[in-house]
Amino acid sequence: MAAVLQVETLFVSYGAVEALKGISLELDEGDIVAVLGSNGAGKTTLLKSISRLLVPRSGSIRLRGADINKFAPYQLIQQGIAHVPEGRKVFATLTVEENLRMGVFGVRTMAPGKEYKKTREWIFRLFPRLLERRKQLAGTLSGGEQQMLAIGRGLISKPSLMLLDEPSLGLAPVIAQEIFRVIRQIHQEEKVSILLVEQNARKALGLARYGYILETGKIAIQGEACDLRNDERVKAAYLGGAKVNISACGSMS
Amino acid sequence: MDTLIQQLINGLTIGSFYALVALGYSMVYGVMKLINFAHGDLFTLGSYIGYTVLVVGASWVTATFGIWGGMAIALVAAMIGIGVAGLVMERIAYRPVYKAGRLPLVVSALGMSFVISQGIMAIWGPNPQAYLSGWTPKDFLQFGNIRVPVLQIAILVLALGLMALIYWLVERTTFGAAIRAAAQDRDTATLMGINFNLIIFFVFALGPALGGMAGVMQGLKYTRISFNMGWLYGLKAFTATILGGIGNIPGAMIGGLLLGVMEALFEGYVSGAWKDVFIFLILILVLIWRPTGLFGEKTAEKV
Repeated sequence: MAAVLQVETLFVSYGAVEALKGISLELDEGDIVAVLGSNGAGKTTLLKSISRLLVPRSGSIRLRGADINKFAPYQLIQQGIAHVPEGRKVFATLTVEENLRMGVFGVRTMAPGKEYKKTREWIFRLFPRLLERRKQLAGTLSGGEQQMLAIGRGLISKPSLMLLDEPSLGLAPVIAQEIFRVIRQIHQEEKVSILLVEQNARKALGLARYGYILETGKIAIQGEACDLRNDERVKAAYLGGAKVNISACGSMS
Repeated sequence: MDTLIQQLINGLTIGSFYALVALGYSMVYGVMKLINFAHGDLFTLGSYIGYTVLVVGASWVTATFGIWGGMAIALVAAMIGIGVAGLVMERIAYRPVYKAGRLPLVVSALGMSFVISQGIMAIWGPNPQAYLSGWTPKDFLQFGNIRVPVLQIAILVLALGLMALIYWLVERTTFGAAIRAAAQDRDTATLMGINFNLIIFFVFALGPALGGMAGVMQGLKYTRISFNMGWLYGLKAFTATILGGIGNIPGAMIGGLLLGVMEALFEGYVSGAWKDVFIFLILILVLIWRPTGLFGEKTAEKV
């Protein structure tokens, strides 16, 4: 499979503080890869560098083989990247509909027409709550609904690559479950390549094919998701020592 | 009763000038978090551009296009001229210091204010100039005992029309939603494909253009203009901005109209000499009791 995203020895620093110390990772077309790690490990920094909101000190990021620096940050959505930021970041004083329209603002071919309406109907089917609340200001939604809106706003541009930053953060377990179900559906039905950043290692490894574990700006462990679930170090540090059924490994891929 | 109606009309007229200038403050603040203290001087510059079109071209512009055509050309010239001036100002006075933080920006804005007002003095001289009545219509409409100049009605209708247009643009269109989104969260707006530089370009062209047109309207209505009038107008319009809630577009309009009406009523019933004191008293009271302005909740969420 061709790589949609290649990150090579990426170094990023905030002033004197090094946040990423030589990260390399790869995401294949149609694949789903998780990046795990605790707070401050550099997960969000990684995604922001891919979206060019941060300027790396060194290293390279390639999108389908092309240097990502070829594109201005606001042009990346035209290249099929949708970044759903940490903490949802919906536009609180805009309505749900306006938020969705913002999701295609940079995509010329999607200017509010038939295609846009069709995609919006699909998003309303994925998240019926958004349909009920379409005229409401996004700031008045609950946390879970805001996350649905943030994902919907990312999906409406019909991306080929989604960067999801902690979609389950701060959500009730049942809502998080719902969000993960939709992510799986997007991946399976729409063949969207997904780079999923999560603190919830159990959920993320249940969803992803491959995983990277970030510790203070470096990749500490990487491997097939099912191997990671059975890795003693991962279990101890990220899965709370839970017992995982080893036989699940074969049936996964 | 007649005084009341007369003063209400006068108040709405001057209030609409405040509102147009306040829109410029509010748009720039909403997106850049910068109080553009040079905005009042752009208003003055607009007034002088309109004056120049009408003076230099008095025989030509007005003769060729008639009184109304001449005024329209003066307004369009000020709109374009001040729109361009706003863009130039952003380029030379603000863009180089964005990264330095908010305080250097304010200092740069104050510096720009002096540059523009002193520049106007250097070009047009330190004495006040007058929009001569020969270039403006002198008809009146009579309603009972109240006489309202046709010109004033035209100005008021134009100003309210401009406000309605801006309201529609910012609150009802997709591009307007993009401006509000960018004002709220620059990074996330960029992820949506919103080019922040385009938004900056837009607010620094449109805000000043509205102020420049208000400058011409002020000249047409009150005839007398001076190089340093932007300071007081700017401060009053800034008061209107705070009154409505800074960063809030409908708030700036309502704040401006409200302030104009209050000023006119105070002038009509209490004292004309003390009206400026009254206006700034309002500013102080709003800052003490409701610093987020009348429509502040929405703004508080934005910031």
